[in-house]
Amino acid sequence: MAAIIELRGASKTFDDTPALHPTDLTFERSRTTALIGPSGCGKSTLLRLIVGLLSPSAGDVLFEGERLSDDNLLQIRRRMGYVIQDGGLFPHLSARQNVMLMPNHLHLDSAEMKQRLGELCELTHLPEDALERYPVELSGGQRQRVSLMRALMLKPDVLLLDEPLAALDPLVRTSLQTQLKEIFQRLRQTVIMVTHDMAEAAYLADTIVLLDSGRIVQSGSFQDLRERPAAPFVSEFISAQRALVQI
Amino acid sequence: MIRLLLLTALLVLSCELHAAQTVVVGSKKFTESYVLAEIAKRKLTQSGFDVVHKQGMGGTIILWQAIKGGDIDFYPEYTGTIVEEILKSRAKLTSADMRRELRRFKIGMTEELGFNNTYALVMRREQAKKLGIESISDLRKHPDLQVGLTHEFLNRQDGWGPLSRRYNLHMANVRGVEHTIGYSALANGSLDVKDAYSTDAKIAEYNLIVLKDDLGFFPQYKAVFLYRLSAPEKAIQTVESLSGTISEEKMIQLNAEAERTKNYARAAGLYFAGDHTGNVADLQPSVASQIGHWTLQHLRLVGISLILAVIAGIPLGIAASRPGPLSQTILGVTGVVQTIPSLALLAVLVPLMGIKPQTAILALFLYSLLPIVRNTASGLQDIPTPLRESASALGLEPLACLRKVLLPMASRSILAGIKTSAVINVGTATLAALIGAGGLGTPIISGLDLADAGLIMQGALPAAALALIVQWAFDFCDRYLIPKGLRLQRAI
Repeated sequence: MAAIIELRGASKTFDDTPALHPTDLTFERSRTTALIGPSGCGKSTLLRLIVGLLSPSAGDVLFEGERLSDDNLLQIRRRMGYVIQDGGLFPHLSARQNVMLMPNHLHLDSAEMKQRLGELCELTHLPEDALERYPVELSGGQRQRVSLMRALMLKPDVLLLDEPLAALDPLVRTSLQTQLKEIFQRLRQTVIMVTHDMAEAAYLADTIVLLDSGRIVQSGSFQDLRERPAAPFVSEFISAQRALVQI
Repeated sequence: MIRLLLLTALLVLSCELHAAQTVVVGSKKFTESYVLAEIAKRKLTQSGFDVVHKQGMGGTIILWQAIKGGDIDFYPEYTGTIVEEILKSRAKLTSADMRRELRRFKIGMTEELGFNNTYALVMRREQAKKLGIESISDLRKHPDLQVGLTHEFLNRQDGWGPLSRRYNLHMANVRGVEHTIGYSALANGSLDVKDAYSTDAKIAEYNLIVLKDDLGFFPQYKAVFLYRLSAPEKAIQTVESLSGTISEEKMIQLNAEAERTKNYARAAGLYFAGDHTGNVADLQPSVASQIGHWTLQHLRLVGISLILAVIAGIPLGIAASRPGPLSQTILGVTGVVQTIPSLALLAVLVPLMGIKPQTAILALFLYSLLPIVRNTASGLQDIPTPLRESASALGLEPLACLRKVLLPMASRSILAGIKTSAVINVGTATLAALIGAGGLGTPIISGLDLADAGLIMQGALPAAALALIVQWAFDFCDRYLIPKGLRLQRAI
């Protein structure tokens, strides 16, 4: 299957400190990839390079084989959905206005968009009356659902999630994990997510990319990582996140 | 039918009235200048002109700029000042010389009005009579008299030193005394001789006499009117008709009346005493309508300058919100402008732009910039990075991103900046009166010059009220201009 996003020797350095060493990585369609690792491992830098919020110090980031540049950035971003930790909803807009911001800006067919909004409410389990509320009036879980709706509104080719569930309490988080998995499967969505929770990655992702100190340590399924660790760090990282049943 | 005819007649009449030419009379910031300008105003009004009196516009330089620039058509001036300050001549000039020089600036000069407002020495009338003193020369016979002089007069080139040498005076007791205190000292007998302006109202009030300058030491400060040669011929003739009609005694009397009543039109009315062509009370607008007029002028100054500052300040603030040398330059320059004292800023702008409301508006505009620029920049900078990144990641064009996302999120800070500018502006605009741009500063500055607390309050109280109203108005507007989501955020 063709890669939708590809990193070719892409690296990022901040003031002589490398955040990401030259990296080759491909993301395939309809698959969920989790970028995981300890704080400062370069996973968020990698995601920012893909959205074009950062430009690589060396190497290239390609979207469908096209190099990300100032000329195509806006168009490519409209084909991506981006969700951050606490939702990134704009406080001056209601939930509906947040979700409809881009469709309205692009003057997309309103009847079609209205229908899409209804579908997404159903898909994300957001009660429709919550759409009229402002971000500050929504719960943490609702904010993430609205943010997800905003990201999915234009039917993006790829959904990018930066620790989307990290700020939620465990109950909400678990139920959202279940729902996310459902959504990803129903939409056959290409997903790239950053997380620091191995259990979440194992549950949601087809491929796990484990990073440490700006380098990829191992990339593969959870089984691969657990059973055939490429380095002692891999086993260390997996076992550090002990499950309660082990206590 | 008759009604219709009457109406038509009225209409024609009112058109006729509106067709009257407008002439502008200016005055300097002291009583005598106000009174002379009021006399000219009344005379011109009688001749059928619409007359505007721009009161107390400033000092010689400002009035001269104003008449040269066409902001005013007439103002009262003194021959000594014309020679020394306007023409900057060291030679003695005759009237003909002065007229020739002034013509180069397209300015004309009337014949002398009839009095000389120069330095003079004054004494109590009955003491002078008793000692037989009529002229300054007579002081030689009485070297033991107590002389109290203003510090300025003691040190002037045309002051006491040269005067006493010229008259060969050897007064034993000479000291420096403040002007107003000097008059009280003269009245109660602790002083015998003091310096004064020859048309000072106090001369009549304290029953003093002006000692004759028999050796012609003091320069001549004969009052005249300056006028634009392009002013209507009939108006020039009307003002010219004032020449030779105001003696020193008359001027002293008019000044005394003006200082007593603080009503210049009424004082000017004394000049026309016995001339029953107009009612003085009609010519003096009511206090309320005056305040209303000043307030409107004030609002115009504040409103225009503020709108311009918003139009320029928000883009500058957006540019300044991005890190880099441009940001530092913008914030640096607007910051420096803010530190220039307002008077100094006006002084710099007047030679460049002249005396007009636009000059004041430019100064107010410059003062209004900093709060708007700074608050726009900081409002944008304070948007959390994740939100800013979320906005970029949507794929909005930079301008649309600013308009739909970033500026609304910074709106609270931007509006606070505009509010600060508006309130400061209401206060600073009182200084516009210094350059004749009107507004509520007009009565404040006149009041300060005349030590008239009532007059000061006519400007100060409405200005203070205006500042409060502006503040409330903005607080009220916040409800509509700050997006609801942001207001909820603050409330929770």
